[in-house]
Amino acid sequence: MSEDASEAVELLRIPVELDYTYSAGQSASRFLRAIAEGRLLGQRCPVDGKVYFPTRGSCPQHGVPTAGDPVELPDRGCIVTYSIVRVPSENIPLELPYIAVQVLLDGADTVLMHVLGESSLEDVHMGMRVQAVWRPRGEWTTSIGNILYFKPTGEPDAPYDSYREHI
Amino acid sequence: MAPVSDSESSLVTTQRLAYTYKRSLGPVLSQFFTALRERRILGVRRPDGSVMVPPREYDPDSGEAISEMVEVSDSGVVKSWAWVHAPRPAQPLPHPFAYALIQLDGADTPLLHVVDAGAEEQMQTGMRVRARWAEPRGGGIGDIAAFEPATGATGE
Amino acid sequence: MREAAIVAFAQSASLRREMDRNEVEILIPVIHELRTSAGLGNEDIDFVCSGSSDYLAGQSFAFVAGLDAVGAWPPVCESHVEMDGAFALYEAWVKIQTGSADLALVYGFGKPSMGDLPITMALQLDPYTQTPLWPDAVSMAALQARMCMEGGVCSEAEMAARAVRDRRNAKQNPKAQLKGDFEVEALLAEPHLVSPLRRHDCAPISDGAAALIIASAERARQICQRPAWIRGFEHICEPQDLGVRDLLRSRSTELAAQHAGANRGKIDVAELAAPFTHQEILVERALGLGDEVSVNPSGGALAGNPLMAVGLARIGEAAARISSGEADRAVAHATSGPCLQQNLICVLEGD
Repeated sequence: MSEDASEAVELLRIPVELDYTYSAGQSASRFLRAIAEGRLLGQRCPVDGKVYFPTRGSCPQHGVPTAGDPVELPDRGCIVTYSIVRVPSENIPLELPYIAVQVLLDGADTVLMHVLGESSLEDVHMGMRVQAVWRPRGEWTTSIGNILYFKPTGEPDAPYDSYREHI
Repeated sequence: MAPVSDSESSLVTTQRLAYTYKRSLGPVLSQFFTALRERRILGVRRPDGSVMVPPREYDPDSGEAISEMVEVSDSGVVKSWAWVHAPRPAQPLPHPFAYALIQLDGADTPLLHVVDAGAEEQMQTGMRVRARWAEPRGGGIGDIAAFEPATGATGE
Repeated sequence: MREAAIVAFAQSASLRREMDRNEVEILIPVIHELRTSAGLGNEDIDFVCSGSSDYLAGQSFAFVAGLDAVGAWPPVCESHVEMDGAFALYEAWVKIQTGSADLALVYGFGKPSMGDLPITMALQLDPYTQTPLWPDAVSMAALQARMCMEGGVCSEAEMAARAVRDRRNAKQNPKAQLKGDFEVEALLAEPHLVSPLRRHDCAPISDGAAALIIASAERARQICQRPAWIRGFEHICEPQDLGVRDLLRSRSTELAAQHAGANRGKIDVAELAAPFTHQEILVERALGLGDEVSVNPSGGALAGNPLMAVGLARIGEAAARISSGEADRAVAHATSGPCLQQNLICVLEGD
C-alpha cells in the first residue's frame, strides 16, 4: 500500500491465491504406492518395449497407454549425467554444494532425477555405478523422498554405449 | 506428497497456488488509483465525448489512445446486479451482497463493483448507490470498500 | 479456399469430478479411440494443436504433459492455445488453408473440478479493476442475465426451457453429465444460486476431453465415407469490459455467423457451447435459429461442460451428425471470455 499521499500510485500488489485438489492419477499413484513399500515400478511401452520410470500412464513417444503389468526395477543403476549445485533454493533443504544426478536404473529406459551422496565432488562422473540409500523403513511414505540419495557402489563404470541414448 | 485422502485408484492431496506479483499501472490507471486514494473517481473521455469508468488507455471501439481524465461522482445508479447468497472467502464482503454494474453520475459506462445492501430485497435495478470508502486507502479498487444504497431512493 | 473436413471425433464422458485420472489420463483413451477409429498412426498426422488452461486444475505446463497422450517422437509439428480446443481447430484449419498441413489432430481437455472454477474464471477479467473483487463466473453471467430479463430479451421460464430441452436431448448422449426429464415449473421453484440465476441456468462443472481429426479434401475422402466439410469458420471478439458492450445481444456471434455464411443455407443442426441458459438464447438469436432447427441434440454445454473441450465437442457432435447422414448442414458454436466475449462459428456440410 502506498500511504504517502504525495506520491502517485504506480504499482499495485494484487495477490492471487488459488486452492486446488490434486489427484495424482492412476499411473503415478501406482508408482507412489509401490515406493511406499520400497518397490520401484516402471511400465513398458507396448510398441517398442521400452520401460518408463517413473510412469505417467502413456508412452510419450508413441502416444499409447502403457497398460500392461508394471515392471519392478532394482534400486541401482548408473549416472547418466550430473551437475554440482552451488545455488540455494527455498524448496531444496540440502547443504550446498550438492550433486544432482540423473540415474538410469538397471532395466529402465528413462532417467530418474535425484542427488548423489557419499561421494566427493571430484569423484562423481558419468557412468558411475550407484545404488539407492533408503530412509529407515518406518519413515517410508508415498514419496520419492523415501530414497535419501544414491551412493557409489564401487563397481566398474557402465560402458558409455549402455547409457549414451539417455543423455 | 502427503495424501489427505485416497480415492479408489488415485492418491489425492491439496495444493495452493499463490502468485505474488506486483502490477505496474501505467499513466492512465496510475491516475485512476491515485485519485481513488484521495476519494475521487476518474474516468477517461472517449473520442465521441462519452466518459468511460474505469478508464482505459485505448478507446475500445477505435483503438485510439485516450488520456483526458474526467472526474465523476462517487454515487450513481445500479444498471444490473447479481445477489451472492454465499460469498466465497476471496470476495470483498463476508455476508451476502450484490455484484453490480454501477453507472456513476457523469459517466457513460458502468463500473463493476459490489453493493452492501444487507438483503436482496433492498436491491433494485435503477436504485441509487454511493461509495463507502475504505480506510486506509492506496491499495487499488478495494479503496472503495463497497457501494451502499443512497438515501433518497430509487430511480434515475 | 482449400476444402477441409472433420473426419473423426472422440470424446470422454463429462464427469462432475474425475478423481481417479489426471488430465493426461483422461486424454489418453480419447486420442487412442480417435486414431483407431480413423485408422491413423502418428506418422499420418502432420500437425497437432490443442486447447487447455493450466489454471483449471492448477497444473503448470499441463499442456506439455498433454502431448504425452499423443506421442511426440519423432518430434511433431505442434501448437497450443490457452482457449477451447475449437480455437485450436481454427488454427489447424488455417494451417491446412496455407497448404502446410493435410491432416491435423486437434484436442482439448480440462479438469476444472480440481479448483473452484467460478473463482478461477475471475482471472480472465481485468486484473487491475475487476479480478481483485473476485467476481465469480456465475455472478458475471447473472449481471448479464438480469439485464436480459429486465430488458425484455428473455424470461426466466424461457431460460428454464433451454435447460429442460438440453437435458432431455442429453438422454440420447451417453457422454453427457446432466440428463433427464424436467419441468420448467419445477425448475423455477428451486432457489436462486446467484440471483437471478438458478442452478439449472448454469452449465455444470465437468472434467473431460475431446479430440478430432481435420483433413484436406484428398485425405478426407480416404478416411471418411461422408466427411463433414468446413464451409465457413470465423471467430470474433468483443472488448473485455462489460461496460462498453451490448450485453442484450451477442454481436460477435452475429458477425462470426455472417462471415462464416451460416445463413447461406438451411441449418439442420446447431450445437451451442453457451454455458448459461440466457446466453444460449442470445446465441440462438444471433444465429437466427428457428423452430425447424434441431438445437443441441447432444445436450450442448448445459448438459456437459468440460471446459477447453466443450466447444470442440460441439463441432465434433455436429460433424458426427453430418457423417452419419442425420444432417446435411450444421452450425457449431464455441465461446471464450466473460459473458460471451468471444465467439466462434463453424459451418459444416455433407456432400
